[in-house]
Amino acid sequence: MADKMATREAYGKALVEIGAENPNLIVMDADLSKSTKTGDFQKVYPERFFNMGIAEQNLYGTAAGLALSGKVVCASTFAMFASGRAFEIIRNSIGYTGANVKVCATHAGITVGEDGASHQTFEDIALMRTIPGMTVVNPSDGVSAMKLMKQVCAFEGPAYVRLGRASVPVFYDESADIVLGKGHELRAGGDVAIIATGIMVAEAMKVAESLAEEGIEARVIDIHTIKPLDEEIIIKAASECGKIVTAEEHSVIGGLGSAVAEVVVKNCPCMMAMVGQNDTFGESGKPDELKEKYGMTAADIVAAVKGL
Amino acid sequence: MANKHFEEVAARVRIDVVRAIHKAGSGHPGGSLSAADIVTALYFKEMNIDPAEPKKADRDKFILSKGHAGPVQYAALAERGYYPVEDMMSLRKMGSIFQGHPNMHKVPGVEMSTGSLGQGISVSVGMALANKIDKNPGRVYTLLGDGEIQEGLVWEAVMSAAHYGLDNLVAIVDFNGLQIDGDNDDVMKVKPIDEKFAAFGWNVVCIDGHNFDEIFDAFDQARACKGKPTAILAKTVKGKGVSFMENQAGWHGKAPSEEEAKQAVAELGGEW
Repeated sequence: MADKMATREAYGKALVEIGAENPNLIVMDADLSKSTKTGDFQKVYPERFFNMGIAEQNLYGTAAGLALSGKVVCASTFAMFASGRAFEIIRNSIGYTGANVKVCATHAGITVGEDGASHQTFEDIALMRTIPGMTVVNPSDGVSAMKLMKQVCAFEGPAYVRLGRASVPVFYDESADIVLGKGHELRAGGDVAIIATGIMVAEAMKVAESLAEEGIEARVIDIHTIKPLDEEIIIKAASECGKIVTAEEHSVIGGLGSAVAEVVVKNCPCMMAMVGQNDTFGESGKPDELKEKYGMTAADIVAAVKGL
Repeated sequence: MANKHFEEVAARVRIDVVRAIHKAGSGHPGGSLSAADIVTALYFKEMNIDPAEPKKADRDKFILSKGHAGPVQYAALAERGYYPVEDMMSLRKMGSIFQGHPNMHKVPGVEMSTGSLGQGISVSVGMALANKIDKNPGRVYTLLGDGEIQEGLVWEAVMSAAHYGLDNLVAIVDFNGLQIDGDNDDVMKVKPIDEKFAAFGWNVVCIDGHNFDEIFDAFDQARACKGKPTAILAKTVKGKGVSFMENQAGWHGKAPSEEEAKQAVAELGGEW
């Protein structure tokens, strides 16, 4: 795998591989197949690809109908429109029925960049994790995205997979043991735990190295599966490190930070800080400029660690 | 009177609806009664279904997109032998399988959990598409309210069904003209419904939704039509069969008192 790639690119490749093994896989899109990378699947399996046009509600309604007829369905559009516009269809026709639909939503978060605030969603993890029975996955790099997609398509039931537009570092080795529903400890440390998800995991790794130079040993945990959440790894981090900083490319309201806090307060209360989008809309700009302006960089994690 | 049998079944379905909603103390009698003949025609003649084998692979499917009319679906399934009629008298009660709006995982024969308007037809499009992919002869029937078609999702689904040439899909519009806040024409005009479906590329058949000859003929026309889905615009009377409920928007979502229920059952030819 390349040194850098967008998780959506890994998604497209994963679909082609899964499609080869599973003739029951159907892939759907809402006129964004080049961007979401479902087009990769369409090229190889045109008879199993359905474009539903610019109609996200119907995308997920028909996906539910196909899934309830025995298909495995991966249905993609941008995260804003999947989780926001189609929320209630996903809630009632997919969540409530337990339909085997994988809502694979790309272009999540601030790194959408130039398209600006209308397309930058920071609410999707919060929305999706409130739906009973919904698995919520937010891969951190290309390798984990590929591995998690295969696991997501292997179980029966609804899932939300959050994918990014921007090219991000590939840091997992192909042999990494990425298990759906299990947090992944990337670095040992006992002074503070940095619990991150998605593209913020790579930032957390950078932080840990710089903190080590100052004598602070940070544990870094990749929570690629936000629901069901690996409570054990979080409780262990809270009790052994005593301080937790969460980092996500999502609102600090309702996302990973909230999910971790829900576990911590019930089991092993400790000081926490949350790095993420601070209850504000985004704007147009380059992904790196935006991450800096809206407080989702390695430096912001360092500041949060030192503030505890 | 070749249809006497179906008329008798539909009368029993209506009686079950009235009794269950009275017992529940809440529910939607108006739109359940308007749809009773259509739903009876589907479950008792048109559809290839088997109560002894509710999940058989090549079955036809009925999706009640206007999920608030759940009682008419529950009653038709009961009369068809999916479960005893008395079971549905637990409608809307704690622990009952007969939820306020249908749940596919609780009630045998219910193919989709509905209630949030517009979603049933969208899911039906997916089911019809799946049958096309699988070369499954099963057909998909969905029943919409006329107020329901104010939902934008309905037209997204309608557009997509025509695009994919789903001639195994039939959407029936229960056109009783009334919705919660009053006449469709006052709340949000939906007419001309037939021209709208035709403009979206559907085969359209307009019928009297209380005339079994016309209902069955419409289903025959739908089967005969290849390459596009069929919409059946069924003119109906809200509250049909109960004098004081007929054409009254106020009976959209209100349970009859004991006295009213007794009168309704008597008018429908039943015994209390």
